Amino acid sequence: MNKITKQILQDHSINHNEYNMILKIMGREPNLLELGIFSVMWSEHCSYKSTKKWLKTLPTSGKQVICGPGENAGIIDIGNDDAIVFKMESHNHPSFIEPYQGAATGVGGIMRDVFTMGARPIANLNSLRFGDPKNKKTKNLLRGVVKGIGDYGNCVGIPTVGGECFFHKSYNNNILVNAMSVGLVKKNKIFYSVAKGIGNPIIYVGSKTGRDGIHGATMASAEFSDESENQRPQVQVGDPFIEKLLLESCLELMNEDVIVAIQDMGAAGLTSSSFEMASKGNCGVKLSLDKVPCREKEMTPYEMMLSETQERMLMIIKPEKKKITYDIFKKWGLDAVEIGELTDSGKMELFFNNKLVGSLPIKPLADSSPEYNRPSKKPKKQIKKVKKNLPSKINLKNILIKILSGPNHSSKSWVFNQYDSSVMGDTIFSSEMADAAVIRIHNTNKAISVTSDCNPIYCKSDPKRGAEIAVAESWRNLIATGAEPIAITDNLNFGNPEKKEVMHEIKEAINGIKKACNELDYPVVSGNVSLYNETNGKSIYPTPVIGGVGLIKKLKFIKGFKINDQSLIYLVGQTKGHLESSLFYSHLGITGGVPPKVNFNEEKKNGNFVKFLAQKTNILIGCHDISEGGVALAIAELCLTNKKGIEVELKKKLSPEKFLFGEDQSRYLLVINEKKEFETLAKKNNIKYDKIGIVTGDHLNFKDLFSISVTRLLDLNSKWFKDYLK
Amino acid sequence: MAKEKKISIIIFPGSNCDRDLFVAVEKCLGIKPEYIWHNCSHIKTTDMILIPGGFSFGDYLRAGIIATKSPAIKEVIRFCKKGVPIIGICNGFQILTECGLLDGALIKNSNQLFKCKKINLKVMNNETVFTKNFKLSEVISMPIAHSQGNYFVKPDDLKKIEDNDQIIFKYSSIFGDVSEKYNPNGSVSNIAGISNKKKNVMGLMPHPERAIENFYNGNDGIKFFENLKDLI
Repeated sequence: MNKITKQILQDHSINHNEYNMILKIMGREPNLLELGIFSVMWSEHCSYKSTKKWLKTLPTSGKQVICGPGENAGIIDIGNDDAIVFKMESHNHPSFIEPYQGAATGVGGIMRDVFTMGARPIANLNSLRFGDPKNKKTKNLLRGVVKGIGDYGNCVGIPTVGGECFFHKSYNNNILVNAMSVGLVKKNKIFYSVAKGIGNPIIYVGSKTGRDGIHGATMASAEFSDESENQRPQVQVGDPFIEKLLLESCLELMNEDVIVAIQDMGAAGLTSSSFEMASKGNCGVKLSLDKVPCREKEMTPYEMMLSETQERMLMIIKPEKKKITYDIFKKWGLDAVEIGELTDSGKMELFFNNKLVGSLPIKPLADSSPEYNRPSKKPKKQIKKVKKNLPSKINLKNILIKILSGPNHSSKSWVFNQYDSSVMGDTIFSSEMADAAVIRIHNTNKAISVTSDCNPIYCKSDPKRGAEIAVAESWRNLIATGAEPIAITDNLNFGNPEKKEVMHEIKEAINGIKKACNELDYPVVSGNVSLYNETNGKSIYPTPVIGGVGLIKKLKFIKGFKINDQSLIYLVGQTKGHLESSLFYSHLGITGGVPPKVNFNEEKKNGNFVKFLAQKTNILIGCHDISEGGVALAIAELCLTNKKGIEVELKKKLSPEKFLFGEDQSRYLLVINEKKEFETLAKKNNIKYDKIGIVTGDHLNFKDLFSISVTRLLDLNSKWFKDYLK
Repeated sequence: MAKEKKISIIIFPGSNCDRDLFVAVEKCLGIKPEYIWHNCSHIKTTDMILIPGGFSFGDYLRAGIIATKSPAIKEVIRFCKKGVPIIGICNGFQILTECGLLDGALIKNSNQLFKCKKINLKVMNNETVFTKNFKLSEVISMPIAHSQGNYFVKPDDLKKIEDNDQIIFKYSSIFGDVSEKYNPNGSVSNIAGISNKKKNVMGLMPHPERAIENFYNGNDGIKFFENLKDLI
């Protein structure tokens, strides 16, 4: 038996204190297999040891919440016995090392989290962050990630309906690939991962186990160095065809009364799935590892327990239902093997060729998984004092052109066209046509609205406020489509938590999410944390991505970016002209400054008003929230989507740049066809509004300032990706 | 009372538009189709066979090729000989070319990328049983979603299928211009859909079953399916 040396501990990212805890729990020195299991179970990825303390403070319940964090995904009630299962998860490290497979398996993993619970995925989104386009790696990473996401989701036949794609130099050596999946399930058909019934068989289903991805979870919990690219064998390889078979066979089996508990073998594979199921059900497990279907010869128990081969499931079934289980998986051509059973020993007992090769107590291991209160420190003010005096002559037209034709706000059709957005026939809007993607609930008159949001520039300068804005913007985006926002999933991407400044960002961002979720009654039902996103000591900008889901009760409430000739454009909300941290400033080379403040009373008031217009009146034709780029970018986007001109009257009280590019929160552009009725309603509800434009002509015309033809706008907006990827 | 007609949808492991097709048939034609699992070696009776889109057998090796080894395809060929109408959409089209019921082949899109987009189709032949309610040169729109939809046929064979009026749909502008500019995938002569010589088998890459609601892809698919009413 291997003696545990310092080197072995280091290879498993187990520190001295943690090893002492292991010795205490085991009452003896662990063998290599046992140590490997501890290392993945206690990895940051599986144990959330640096963030648990803070995540616990988030609001996670609400009247529509069926299942909050802790299960494979969160579940919300959308009425008539329908429920939505959703979660977002990162696959950052693997995607940087091997962009195609990393991104593909990210999509596969998150879909399994959703259908493990009995739900059929109905929409996927992804939130991507790449480095500076000029960085030599960026182009290939972009190509690989987009193709990986597309090939996987397209093959399984789940529409990819939206997301974000953002470039910034802080991601040069550490891209972010966050994938979100949203599924539909009947409330009485939800499956959980709590193991029950001593003696019940444990069934392994799906791909054969290979040596891929061993220690993926520990990799995702360590900083990168330039050598990381040598870690390629740790990246799993995806097979979307097997995923499709697994999806269909599991859903078919779920229609029978067979499954007691089910969990996908994701990060840390067989170890975490069996461990977590047993731990939730206070059971023991006995596994005969020689029965595990293997792809390669002479695999050791260590490799089997730690492999992260994709497209596998572990389920506990009723013992009398083995035959139907095997029949269904046989029909779909998948391996389904009984590899063990539940016991009352409270231990995980691993047998190989009838020999006990590992034995670990489940409860103590799970309960004593480390929880750190890591020290944090507010960074020294690295924010440069923002110059109040702008250069005397700013060409506002040029700035709008630069924004519209730059990487972050150009048309993303090069990306989105590689995703099948129309399969399943229920996509009403992909996220290019409205503030959020809108998917009909099949065979009903209702729909859900889904979005993902985060502005890392705001989060860098003030993580708390930045996170508040991410939540508020997600809420606003759902409202703008006619939805009632229900709940979020959060994907928290940060640098190394062992650095005080990064820990500060984490705590602040979680506080911001907490504040906004409480204010908006918009709970967190699932989430994921990705730390150590840094290379050679340089951390990414804090990026807490918020994935929001809302319900549109009737299809007729749905709103998108639609405008009609002669309809009026109203600006709802207060415009003060906040330019610090704005896109406008960044295009002038001015960085730093604080992000705009969110006034949650205003946010709710304006949001409720828009909801009221969408649901109770016929005067709202289209709607667009105002975020980065301010009024100017929002209006330009309406022109681009509709290929129509808009004439805009500037407000005299504000300077043109403040009016056009200010990024004050809680604002919407409303497209209205009834002036009188709208204004009466707005006054009655005490809403701040301004009539700022009318749909007319073929130019985007900011009166007395500048004008651009819509043809030119389209041309400017559609060029960047084409030129970049030539 | 006339005997209820039967529409069959063949499902392979990896098919993923089978439900969408089912829904479209039910909505537009008012009958519930039956699903046929790929390993079915005897289809008792059927009045029309539909092969849905997706990635049969993961599209490994080549799109559609492995599916041609399934027992159900032998049955498709048997019914084809009897003159039963057969339509393959997207992966179904790929399977029909791979099993030889349709000419040519579908290779990788010219830019090598998957493409999902709403496109316009010009009706090139409205004298087939599948298209007789369309006007000649009528333009309809629906989405495409494929990475291997680039229709290829050798010049001699192109001449043959042209002479036999086997070209049913071409990619075009909204006004029916079929120039290269409106070709989304590199297909020879902008071909989006063809039939066999006998005109009882048709394959097309675009997805009419995804255009049956008034969502962003429009509802021209309804017209497409309503053409089939007289066949059943």
